Amino acid sequence: MSNGLFSGQLRNIFIEETDDGLELMEQGLLQLDAGTGDSDVVNSVFRAAHSIKGGGGTFGLTPMVQLTHHAESLLDQIRLGTRSWSSEIGSALLSAIDELRSMLETVRNGSDAPPQPSSELLARLESLTDAAFGAAPNSEPSPSPKVEVATEKQFHIDFSPHADLMATGNDPLLLLRELQRLGSVHVTCCDERLPPMELLDPRDCHLTWTVRLSTISTVEDVQEVFAWVEDECDLEIREEPAVDAAPPAPDAEAPVAETPATAPAAGAAPAPVQPPKDASAASNEPSRPKKTSGDPGSIRVGIEKVDALVDMVGELVITQSMLSQLSRESDASRLEALRAGVQQLERNTRELQEGVMRMRMLPIGVVFARLPRLVRDLGRQLGKDVELITTGETTELDKTVLEKISDPLVHLVRNSVDHGIEGADRRQTLGKPARGTVEITASHRGGAVLIEIRDDGGGIDVERLRAKAVERGLIAPSDELERAALLDLIFHPGLSTAEAVSDISGRGVGMDVVRRNIRELGGSIEVNSTPGEGTRLTIRLPLTLAILDGQLFRLGAQTYVLPLVSVIESLVPHTTRLSALGAGAEVYRLRDSFIPLLRLSKLYGLPGDARRLEDGLLIVTESPQGPVGLFVDELLGQQQVVIKSMETNFGRVDGVAGATILGNGSVALIADVPSLTRLHGVSPSRAPNGAQHCAA
Amino acid sequence: MNISENTTREPLHETADGDQLLTFVLGDEEYAVDILRVQEIRGWSAATPIPNTPSWIKGIINLRGAIVPIVDLRERFGMTVTPYGPTTVVIVLRAIQGEKERTVGVVVDAVSDVCSLREGAVQPSPDFGTSVDTGFVRGLANLAERMLIVLEIDQLLDFDSLNDISARTA
Repeated sequence: MSNGLFSGQLRNIFIEETDDGLELMEQGLLQLDAGTGDSDVVNSVFRAAHSIKGGGGTFGLTPMVQLTHHAESLLDQIRLGTRSWSSEIGSALLSAIDELRSMLETVRNGSDAPPQPSSELLARLESLTDAAFGAAPNSEPSPSPKVEVATEKQFHIDFSPHADLMATGNDPLLLLRELQRLGSVHVTCCDERLPPMELLDPRDCHLTWTVRLSTISTVEDVQEVFAWVEDECDLEIREEPAVDAAPPAPDAEAPVAETPATAPAAGAAPAPVQPPKDASAASNEPSRPKKTSGDPGSIRVGIEKVDALVDMVGELVITQSMLSQLSRESDASRLEALRAGVQQLERNTRELQEGVMRMRMLPIGVVFARLPRLVRDLGRQLGKDVELITTGETTELDKTVLEKISDPLVHLVRNSVDHGIEGADRRQTLGKPARGTVEITASHRGGAVLIEIRDDGGGIDVERLRAKAVERGLIAPSDELERAALLDLIFHPGLSTAEAVSDISGRGVGMDVVRRNIRELGGSIEVNSTPGEGTRLTIRLPLTLAILDGQLFRLGAQTYVLPLVSVIESLVPHTTRLSALGAGAEVYRLRDSFIPLLRLSKLYGLPGDARRLEDGLLIVTESPQGPVGLFVDELLGQQQVVIKSMETNFGRVDGVAGATILGNGSVALIADVPSLTRLHGVSPSRAPNGAQHCAA
Repeated sequence: MNISENTTREPLHETADGDQLLTFVLGDEEYAVDILRVQEIRGWSAATPIPNTPSWIKGIINLRGAIVPIVDLRERFGMTVTPYGPTTVVIVLRAIQGEKERTVGVVVDAVSDVCSLREGAVQPSPDFGTSVDTGFVRGLANLAERMLIVLEIDQLLDFDSLNDISARTA
C-alpha cells in the first residue's frame, strides 16, 4: 500500500517536476554566474532545490536528498547574505545539478536506488559551505557554540492544518520532523476537532499541534519550515521569553516519536502519514515493471490550449446538433441553412485540427535552455570568452521535431564555440571585441521554422576545405566549384573525420550526421560563411511531422504530392538535353551538370503515355544521391497536406511515403524521393553533390 | 440487390445459435463472411491506385479520414472481370492478422442476405474445382439447397505476403 501509490503517476510527476526544478536551478545559476541574477533568482534556485529535496525524501531517494541538502545549505547562505557568490560556488552547484540529473535518470529507468553522490562533490560543497563564514566579508557573527547557547530562543507554535492539507501533498508529520531538526521540540497533539467516527473522512486532517521549540534558529527559519503549507493551515509562531526554557531535553524526543503512532490512530489516513523513509517499503516491490523504452512520454499542455480545444468541441457539438435537426426537416427550402451549417462544420473541424496539432507544439526555448550551460563550460575549457544570445525562444515546434533537433543544435553551437570563435588574443589582434558572440535565433517563416546559428568567429577557410576535398579525392583539382558548393562540402561524410576537424577551421565532425538528422525531419540546412567575419548556419524545419507543405503534380489521371522542401526547381525539359545512359537509365543536362532523370509514370507502373519531353515538366528535387529530375505530366498547386500512414490498413509501398486526403475527399499518394531513387537504381555518385561535374 | 433469387428462400433459422453470416454474390457463386467482421457496406467509389501492386488491389479510398485499401474479389479469385454496375458494393471488413487489425474493403457483385448457421454447419471444403484458393475458404455450408462458400478473411486480406506477389507480377 505504501509504495504502490508512488510507483505510478505520482512517480512520473515527481520526475517531471524534478526535471523542471533542475532546469530552473541551472538557469538561475547561470544567471548568477553571468552577474545578471538578483536575490529573486537566488530565492527561486533555493526554492527549486528545496522542492527537489522534499520530493526526493517523499520517495525515499536518499542520495538525491543528501546531495540536494548540501547544495541547499550553500544556497541558503547565499540567500541570507552570509556568503557572497563566486564562480567556484557556481561550478560546484552546476556539478551537483549534473549528478542529480544522472540520479534522476536512473530513477526514470525504474530504479529506487540512484547512485550515491560522489564524495568528492559532497566534500567540495561542504568545504564551500564551511568556508563561507570566514570568507564572507559581511558575515553575521559566526554561531560559535558559545553564541549558540546565548541566543537559544523559545518558540511557541500553534499549527492547525486545514482539513485538506494532505490533499495538497503535504504531510504534517514531515513538518514536525523538520522542526525537530532546528532544535529540541515538545509537541502536543490536540484532537478536539476530530469528528465522530461515522463522519470521519480519513483523507482529511483533523488534528492540530502545539509545538514548543527551543532553537538557535531565527523566526524566519521556523517560518521557512511551513513555507509550503502557509495557505493550507492556521499558523501562529510566538517567541517566548527565554526563561521558559524549562522543558528538559529528554522530554522532547518522546512525543515526536509518538506522533506517527498517534496520527493514524486518531483517524488520519495511515498511508500518507506512513514515513516514506521506510527503506523496506521501497525494496518490498522488486517486481515493479521497469518502464524505459516503452514509455510513450507525456506532454505538458498549457491550460489555455486545452480550454481553446474544449471551446472548439463545444462549437462542434452545436453545429452537429444544428445539422442533424436540419436533416430531420429535410426540405428543399432549408438547403441554404444546410449549406451554412456544413460550412460552419468545416470551419470547426479545421480549428479543432489546428488546436489538437497545437497541443503537440512546444517552445524551442526548451532546447535553447541547454545551450548557455554548454557555451559556458566549453568557453571555460577552451579559455575563450563567449557570449550566447538566444532569441525567439517562444517559437513553437512539434514535440517530435523538437526532440530530434536538440542534439544537432547542441552540436552546431559546440562547433561554433570550439572552432568558430577565435581565442581572445587572436581576436584582439584582429580588432574584434575580445568576447566572442554566438547568436541563435528561431522564427516562423511561412509554414516552416527557421533556426539560425551565427558566430562572429573566423569563418570557414574555403581554400583549405577545397585542398582537403581534393586530397581525399572528393573533387578533382581542376574542378571549378562555386563558393556555395565548396561550403557544402562540410556536410560531406568524407570530410567528417576527426582529423579534418582540427585541420580545416573547424566544422567537420558529424556535420553529415547533422544534415542527415535534419533531412529526416523533412528540413534542410545551409551554410554561409565570410572569412574573418563569421559563419551562419540556417536550418529550416517543418512545423510538424504530421503536416507537410506539398507540391501537387499530375501523372495520368492521378494527383500526387511531393514534399515541397525537397523541391529545388521545376522546368520544361528539352529533348536535346537528354541522353540515354545504358539500358533504361537517362540523364538530363541541367545547366552544367548531369542529373538522373526519373520517369515517374514508369516507376509507378502507370500506363505510360509515351509523350515528348516537352509536353511534361521536370521537377528537380533533392535526394540522398544529390539532385534528381522527376518527369511528370503537369504541375498543380501547392498546399499543406496531412500525412496519413498507408501501413495501418495496407503496408509499405515502394516509392510512396504515405497518403493524404485532398480537399475533394479523394486520396493522393505522397511521393517518396529517396525510395524512388532506389526503385530507379540511382547509385550514389562520387561527387559530393551527386551531380557529376560537366567538363567545361 | 440480387433479390430475384431470394424469393424462394426459406425463412431464417431463428433458433440457430451458430454464427451469423453476411452473404454476397460473385458471378454464379454465393459467398459468406462472419457478420461480426463487417464494418459497413457502401457503394463503389473510385479508388486511388497504388503503384506496383497486383491489379486486384483497386487502390485506396478515404473512409472518413482513414486510408482503406480496396480489393476486387472477382479479380482476386481470377474470375472474369466485369464492369461495376449499380449493385456493385464495397463491404468494409475488419481482418485480424496477429496483433494487427486491418480495415479493408472488398468489391463484390451484390450483397444478398444475412443468415444464421447452426454450429457445425460449415464443413471443411474439399479441394474443389473452383478458381478460389482453398486457403481463403473456411468451409462450405448448405443453406436451403444452396451452397455457401464461407471465406477466411484474415488470410484473404493479408497483404504482408504482397511483396512476393508484386515481385511476381513486376
